[in-house]
Amino acid sequence: MDRIAAMPVWWRNLVFVALVGGAVALGQAVLWRAPLEALDPAALPLPDADEVALAEEVDAACAAGRAGADGAPMALADEFTVLRRLSLALFGSIPSYEEIRLARKVPEGRRIDWWLRRAFRDQRYGDYVAERFVRICAGTESGPFLVYRRRRFVDWWSEQLRKNRPYDELVRSLIASNGLWTTDPATNFVTRHVVPQGGPDEARLAARVSRAFLGIRLDCVECHDDFLEGRWKQSDFHRLAAFFREANMVVTGLSDSGRGDYKVRMRGASGETPVEAAVPFGGEWLPTEGSLRTRLAGWVTHPENASFSRTAVNRVWALLFGAPMITPVDHLGPEEGLPPALDLMARDFVAHGHDLQRLIRIIAQTRTFRSSSSAGDSGARFPTTRLRPEQVARSIGQASSLTTIDASSHILPRIRRQGETRDFATRFGDAGGDEFDAATATVPQRLLLMNGKMIAQHIREDLVMNAATRIGSLAEGDAAAVEAAFLAVLTRPPSPPEQEHFTGVLRGSRGGERSRRMEDLYWSLLNSTEFSWNH
Amino acid sequence: MESLTHPRFRRRRILPWLTLFGDLLALRAESLREPARHLILLWLEGAPSQLETFDPHPGSPVAHGSTDIASAAPGVRIGSGLARTAEVLDEFTLIRSMVSREGDHERAVFNMKTGYRPDPTLTHPSIGAIFCHESPRSPVEIPSHISILPKRWAARGGFLGGGFDAFQLGDPRNPLPDMTARVNGDRQARRLEGLSVIEDAFARGREGLEARTLHRTHLERAARMMTSSQLRAFDVREEPGAIRAAYGDSPFGRGCLAARRLVEAGVPCIEVTLDGWDSHVNNHELQAARNAILDPALAALVRDLRERDLLDRTVVFCGGEFGRTPKLNALEGRDHWPHGFSVALAGGGFRKGFAYGETDPLGLATQPGHPVRVEDLHATLQTVLGLDPAREWMTPVGRPLALSGGRVIRELMDPR
Repeated sequence: MDRIAAMPVWWRNLVFVALVGGAVALGQAVLWRAPLEALDPAALPLPDADEVALAEEVDAACAAGRAGADGAPMALADEFTVLRRLSLALFGSIPSYEEIRLARKVPEGRRIDWWLRRAFRDQRYGDYVAERFVRICAGTESGPFLVYRRRRFVDWWSEQLRKNRPYDELVRSLIASNGLWTTDPATNFVTRHVVPQGGPDEARLAARVSRAFLGIRLDCVECHDDFLEGRWKQSDFHRLAAFFREANMVVTGLSDSGRGDYKVRMRGASGETPVEAAVPFGGEWLPTEGSLRTRLAGWVTHPENASFSRTAVNRVWALLFGAPMITPVDHLGPEEGLPPALDLMARDFVAHGHDLQRLIRIIAQTRTFRSSSSAGDSGARFPTTRLRPEQVARSIGQASSLTTIDASSHILPRIRRQGETRDFATRFGDAGGDEFDAATATVPQRLLLMNGKMIAQHIREDLVMNAATRIGSLAEGDAAAVEAAFLAVLTRPPSPPEQEHFTGVLRGSRGGERSRRMEDLYWSLLNSTEFSWNH
Repeated sequence: MESLTHPRFRRRRILPWLTLFGDLLALRAESLREPARHLILLWLEGAPSQLETFDPHPGSPVAHGSTDIASAAPGVRIGSGLARTAEVLDEFTLIRSMVSREGDHERAVFNMKTGYRPDPTLTHPSIGAIFCHESPRSPVEIPSHISILPKRWAARGGFLGGGFDAFQLGDPRNPLPDMTARVNGDRQARRLEGLSVIEDAFARGREGLEARTLHRTHLERAARMMTSSQLRAFDVREEPGAIRAAYGDSPFGRGCLAARRLVEAGVPCIEVTLDGWDSHVNNHELQAARNAILDPALAALVRDLRERDLLDRTVVFCGGEFGRTPKLNALEGRDHWPHGFSVALAGGGFRKGFAYGETDPLGLATQPGHPVRVEDLHATLQTVLGLDPAREWMTPVGRPLALSGGRVIRELMDPR
């Protein structure tokens, strides 16, 4: 100690910097080569034969439905592209560089099954898919003050999804639960639709139930009979709404203590008249016992109510493909126009206890889902769709980290992600409840990606936080650095022209100059069509 | 004159006829007048008190000490905190009888900005987005819908799509967000060259990709915007010191000045937000502090537009989501009051020096005289902007919907 104390100050500082720098560099090198979790290819379970068989039937039904199919075999996307689709759909972000390295150790042809088995155990699955379902049944707004707790509602959904609670049970809880929105979070479905001084809004709840769970836009007949398709009457809507007339806000929260008659002034009538609760079709499925909401929940989720299972399948399909099988997603339309593939999956969904994870596995198993977005028959091609704002934000964060950002990550990157995603989505323009808006991106969105703060912070020279700098300094050679950057951002290796171009850019660069060149490479990758679109 | 005081000509009897006559005059004027081409929304988020701004009742039990002043509009008196605005009030129409059914900030902001009450199944577009969507014009290189100093709820395109969301920026004293490349020219060129290599690789075998995504098109438009000379419109530092001083040394004042410059550059809709009006506690103090910022900016904006012959084709709207209670609460604050509040309108085809509707000086009535619903305000604004409020569009949820469900109030329009 005396010897250290005897050193000049500048010398002591130099030793300190050298020691810290050495430790950081060592840490980085270790992380760069961080050991991946052990993987025994022989122990990988095979996909369920029953699920594979159904996926084949779905593919056959999809192919048969395509008029003018030329019989040419459908071109398949490579496995990493499929992993990217799954990761975006179920985690809301691209796969991490760490996950890609691990997936490369799995034998070819088995990677998608391997990934799916892991996915459902991952907290990211529950959290992200929960957010998407909450949008469907409650929108994106903060909603009524105090009585609607959106965060609590999302957490509840996440828990149900991770437990793989049967979807029909889950929806019954949403429609019929009683209690406080904090301790019984399912009640937030109803309390989201509370209007100031008015209690739960029966009409808005009926609109939500019919759109979210039945794929019927019954609120189109709120003010008059349907004069386009002629299927529904104004009375159908209000009779459905009347099922919510008992829902009441009391001291103990939501209850069925009743608020009197549900009164409506029907078109052509001179005054308001009470409306009795009744279902628009399938009256035989309506339970005779229980509160009005319990009976409605039983009817909506009845195994024979095909609108319920078809809508669930169409929504899960939309989650995975970025576009629903039937557009718009909340309007299935007349039965005769529905594709047989939808019914195949819907029947299987009911027969297997409304198992959402099984449904996801079956869709992911189909060749239709695994088809290339760039070639093959246009009817079967995987659609190219715009990523949602939170998918872009989370993917930027993930691309700039070599390790996976998940529930086990350090709290700092997770907090950073949460704040960034919110700010980015606000500036990028959140699509709100309109889930599958076909619009293209906008100029301010491009400006935000080109010049915005978030990308700049994630690509700038930073050996601790940013992958661009770390890859540049730690990868063995220019070609390896280019490949790692492509894998981390686009989930694929570079093509030969890309490899040649960017290796040329990096050649001979060192230190700060190399970091800047890596930063520019990352900028180009993050601003590409390929990054901002699902394909 | 005696004949007019005859019971046969009492006000209540004659009013419908006068209204009809006024409507006919306004209709004729409307058909002759060029519609306004710009809309500036001075958005007072948090809800200003009508009693301390455009609808004072001095000496009445609801004033609680608030006073008023005469204005350039004969017979129209406004809150004494708006002395400069009073000097140009001959350009304004005041509506003192706004009514709404929304008393919660988020819902009421949605209602006031879109003309529709919140609907969980549909996100309606704001008035500026509707205006940009419905009246195609020669395109500007900079965004056509702009929100300066947005707070919690900036103007949105709603179901018209993100392309109609307002472009958001902060204090115009600062550089524009996202509009400047973060690296020098050489590096930017290297970045764009690299991007081009990646784009080429992805486009291979994907016919129609660009038509579908418009990615490169938008990239080029973004690059054009970054170098457009029209960007100077945002830069208020180019204005003479006297002008800048007139608007007030505040972000809101600079926002109003930028709005005027943007109108000159051809931008159709600019929203400028001034928040902090939610005075549940110490109402008088808070309202006075906000008025001190609003007053010079509003007066300077209207005067400036008039002097540049821009006021006839620009509508200036100034208002918030609702009003404040006539009675003071225990903390000397005023709470939310959607049953009779004020908005101020100037320019475009609105009447000059005119006040419409009246609230109860005792603060007891929950229905003002000549009530104007939020949807009526929107229908009237849309008409002044040359839009047809009855026109229906098909929404993404498959329901046809009118631009506005309100009634046009022609008495608010300039009959000349």
